[in-house]
Amino acid sequence: MSSVSATIQNVFNEPACPKNAAKSEKERKKGCTKQLQPGGAAGGCAFDGAKIALQPITDVAHLVHGPIACEGNSWDNRGAYSSGSTLYRTGFTTDINETDVVFGGEKRLYKAIKEIIEKYNPPSVFVYQTCVPAMIGDDIDAVCKAATKKFGTPIVPVNSPGFVGPKNLGNKLAGEALLAHVIGTEEPDYTTPYDVNIIGEYNLAGEMWQVEPLLKEIGFRILSCISGDAKYHEVARAHRARATMMVCSKAMINITRKLEDLYGIPYFEGSFYGIGDMSDSIRQLAQLCIDRGAPPEFMDRAEAVIAREEKLAWDEIMSYLPRLKGKKVLLITGGVKSWSVVAALQEVGMEIVGTSVKKSTKEDKERIKELMGEDAHAFDDMSPREMYKMLRDAKADIMLSGGRSQFIALKANMPWLDINQERHHAYSGYKGMVDLVKEIDKALYNPIWNQVRTIAPWSNPADSWQAKADAEAAREAAELAADPAKAEAKRRARKICNCKTIDLGTIEDAILASTLTTVEQVVETTHAGSGCTGCRGKIGDILADLAAKAGGPVVELTPEEAEARRRSKKICNCKEVTLGTIEDVVRAERLTTVAEVTAATDAGSGCTGCCEDIEEILDAIVAPAEELTAIAAE
Amino acid sequence: MAVIQTSNKACTVNPLKMSQPIGGALAFMGIKDSMPLFHGSQGCTSFGLVLFVRHFKEAIPLQTTAMSEVATVLGGYENVEQAIVNISNKQRARLIGICSTGVTETKGDDVDSYIKLVRQQHPELDGISLVYVSTPDFKDSFQDGWEKTVVKIIETLVKAPEPDVVRDPKKLVVLPGCHYTPGDLDELRDIIEGFGFEALFLPDLAASLDGHIPDDFTPTTLGGISLEDIAGLGNASHAIALSPHMLPAAQALEKKAGVPFKLFERMIGLLPTDAFIKHLMEISGRDVPVKFKRQRSQLVDAMLDGHFHTGGKKIAVGLEPDFLMDLSSFLVDMGCHISVAVSTNAQPVLEKVPTESVLIGDLEDLERMAPGCDLLITHAHGRQASERLHIPLYRMFLPIFDRLGAGHITTVGYRGARDRIFEIANTFIANSHVAKPDTWYPHPGEETAHGVHSTAH
Ligand code: SF4
Repeated sequence: MSSVSATIQNVFNEPACPKNAAKSEKERKKGCTKQLQPGGAAGGCAFDGAKIALQPITDVAHLVHGPIACEGNSWDNRGAYSSGSTLYRTGFTTDINETDVVFGGEKRLYKAIKEIIEKYNPPSVFVYQTCVPAMIGDDIDAVCKAATKKFGTPIVPVNSPGFVGPKNLGNKLAGEALLAHVIGTEEPDYTTPYDVNIIGEYNLAGEMWQVEPLLKEIGFRILSCISGDAKYHEVARAHRARATMMVCSKAMINITRKLEDLYGIPYFEGSFYGIGDMSDSIRQLAQLCIDRGAPPEFMDRAEAVIAREEKLAWDEIMSYLPRLKGKKVLLITGGVKSWSVVAALQEVGMEIVGTSVKKSTKEDKERIKELMGEDAHAFDDMSPREMYKMLRDAKADIMLSGGRSQFIALKANMPWLDINQERHHAYSGYKGMVDLVKEIDKALYNPIWNQVRTIAPWSNPADSWQAKADAEAAREAAELAADPAKAEAKRRARKICNCKTIDLGTIEDAILASTLTTVEQVVETTHAGSGCTGCRGKIGDILADLAAKAGGPVVELTPEEAEARRRSKKICNCKEVTLGTIEDVVRAERLTTVAEVTAATDAGSGCTGCCEDIEEILDAIVAPAEELTAIAAE
Repeated sequence: MAVIQTSNKACTVNPLKMSQPIGGALAFMGIKDSMPLFHGSQGCTSFGLVLFVRHFKEAIPLQTTAMSEVATVLGGYENVEQAIVNISNKQRARLIGICSTGVTETKGDDVDSYIKLVRQQHPELDGISLVYVSTPDFKDSFQDGWEKTVVKIIETLVKAPEPDVVRDPKKLVVLPGCHYTPGDLDELRDIIEGFGFEALFLPDLAASLDGHIPDDFTPTTLGGISLEDIAGLGNASHAIALSPHMLPAAQALEKKAGVPFKLFERMIGLLPTDAFIKHLMEISGRDVPVKFKRQRSQLVDAMLDGHFHTGGKKIAVGLEPDFLMDLSSFLVDMGCHISVAVSTNAQPVLEKVPTESVLIGDLEDLERMAPGCDLLITHAHGRQASERLHIPLYRMFLPIFDRLGAGHITTVGYRGARDRIFEIANTFIANSHVAKPDTWYPHPGEETAHGVHSTAH
């Protein structure tokens, strides 16, 4: 075990992780893993993460040392595609039994390796450690070493027993295994100035094939992809590349950084999701090659391909824009892809009403904030019930998520699209973006939604689950009305500052306790408003409200003055747009959606924190107007 | 009588077997307001969850005590306690079904005494039922996990009736084995109710995992037999156990509440269904409803039409022991040969599989022995072998993650058998070998220049 803990400490020390650099020594030792909640969590284990990261290496035999639970319940269930060998889809496990638990499983492991080599003769066997053999002290490093020597085939120990942490950690431990045992062990036949590594891309549903042909056309040679559609020998030669692109956030940052440290290979972090990101990634990769000796004209070739592909993609996507623009997407995605998907959806004018970042790193969360603005709800631990409520309230038109939460959406009769590991569609690059848009359109406009939302001929509308859910909401509201203490608690719990998660009650208490009078003082004392500053307007309101309550200076205003003051209220702090301006535009141009208002006034284009306010304004103006029209029509 | 053989490989390749705790968890999923809880590391739960989600295409309730490496060493009392408290508060479960895993069994956590301690420390949880089953991953298989769990549920939750209890003549308890789908249970309910009984299934997956749209949305099971119904099973007049592995459960119910039972080892096909119907006639004293008479003659007709295609076909089957025995017997009743039989762990029932030998092994073994067969029958993981061998795969049991409607595949009753015959025969028809100029001559080995001789016959 000591070697595992040493590796883990090593991973936690990752200097290239900016989050990490800011931590104290002690904090760092704790690692980036949140303590799990018994009875409130169900993510994958470190072993799962390691397997996800390495299994896409197609010609390797992936042998899981452990009881049947680890491999038997999960094998061949990941969607990484191969252009050649299918050995990676074969499930190998030692399936240890009671006797092994008592006497140790090392002998069985050794024999298993031998059998695999005799029957399948792979270029390498990767041996995954799991919890039970780790507990009984099976030393897989030693077994692998002995087997390597005996059979002359590299046997790679992957030390990531599930209980050391979550999937994210497993990804990194997988990287450590490659660094320690694979990368740098072989030399390529020749090298070129265009040799690159793509790290963190798993070729799910064949996504790499939406990217690779373009890179090849431009003239790149992908020396090594870790690990989508990779072959063992390619991975072993990764250290001779000129540049590295790190896909998928920080999951494999350790490999990337050590390639830089040890072999001087520069890297950048990019994404193949979304047209803009795809083009940027190509440019950056080309630039890194040019910096290291490729001719500057290389960029022209890259630009030519980019221009051609962008035009093709946009032409196709444009035909969908009128149908998708302004549609709201609830994004629930486990892990590292959240922000890539956000970028992609914004390109087609869709609004993101939320994203779950349960399994993403803090870094991912920062990216999401940057892209979506501060008020995007980052639903950290959204329960199914809340998810359902949110969908019911029709705040979203479609939900994008991983396989597990789809049923909530579907049962609420909401369009849904799979964007996680097990999905069957590829969404990378230009073609992938077009496909994603097509799929969203297909899901949204499928005629079944109107049919499945009808109630059975024998049912009473009041008995439908929709009615019941509404009744429950009404009951909750009534309860609050009847119980002032509860209502007050709820009022005080309203979150004001999303960056620092500070609620109304805390701010009010601070104002009253230290008799604060200015927004700046409140920011100083409570740290609310010290992040994106989007909530400073709200803090001003709170101050004013409290002052009014305290019987402060009450000035009698004439109706005109009152109206002018009302209209001068700043709605969008980023772009300094007032209530009056928005109201006027909405009335004059008969706008109905937040997106239209943003287009017309710029309000909501900054941190997007005011989108809800804009929606309220719209409701206030549009709803009565619609009613009038309806009455007039009768 | 089949000989049971065990493969002596050190490395299992393409596992057929799934772990015991997930069998236990599935049993808990057939109970209303329940939350299955794995005492172990979070990964085991996550894998189980994904497996069921992909099979049933439903939200699946399954929780974990989230044992970290440190907790594993120190023992898991605190994790068990916290999990129970959290699940009761947050998810409002009324039953928490705890299954141990390899990790906690290796450490030797004494969960029974943990539960006693939780009971002492948390009187506020008195209304919550707790059932614990020991299900180490490194022993036994899916079917065993299910079996042990149903026994434990009966022992813990069924109330022993008063000695002079008047049994409800209409109340019939059904104890289904782990391989019956929600569709099977619905079919059985239909039949049993046809004889005027009220059928109470323990567990009842038809009420929880049949894909219905729930009225209320809960993180626990969406339906299933209620705890009240389980407590009251003791005054039933009859119990029926379906599949050999449900014998211990039936015995437990008899011991606790004196409910007499009858075990049906086989349920698939004409004669097994006849026996089942006959039993219902006897205990109800009623005649058979007309619709079952018609269904029976439909099945007979299906057998007559189907036997042309099923007769003489060679089949490779890989399933858990009880289902292997029942399904193989049905196929043999239709004239097929079971050329290859692979199962997960040695059980006496395997001796009754109508074939020469049953191998305790994996899908690599099945693939190795299957060339020359006309059909593979196993769960969806047989797809790779099917592709490589160019032999069609008929998906049965679980997981079936690459086809829809897994929960509704029905094998029991006259209708179930009828539909299976049609489907299997259709598979043969779709893959039948038509005669070619070189089908009969030249003799094999003489002159093969005209192409490769079909090896499938
Ligand atoms: S948590 Fe441990 S025992 Fe469970 S699946 Fe992961 S590695 Fe296997």
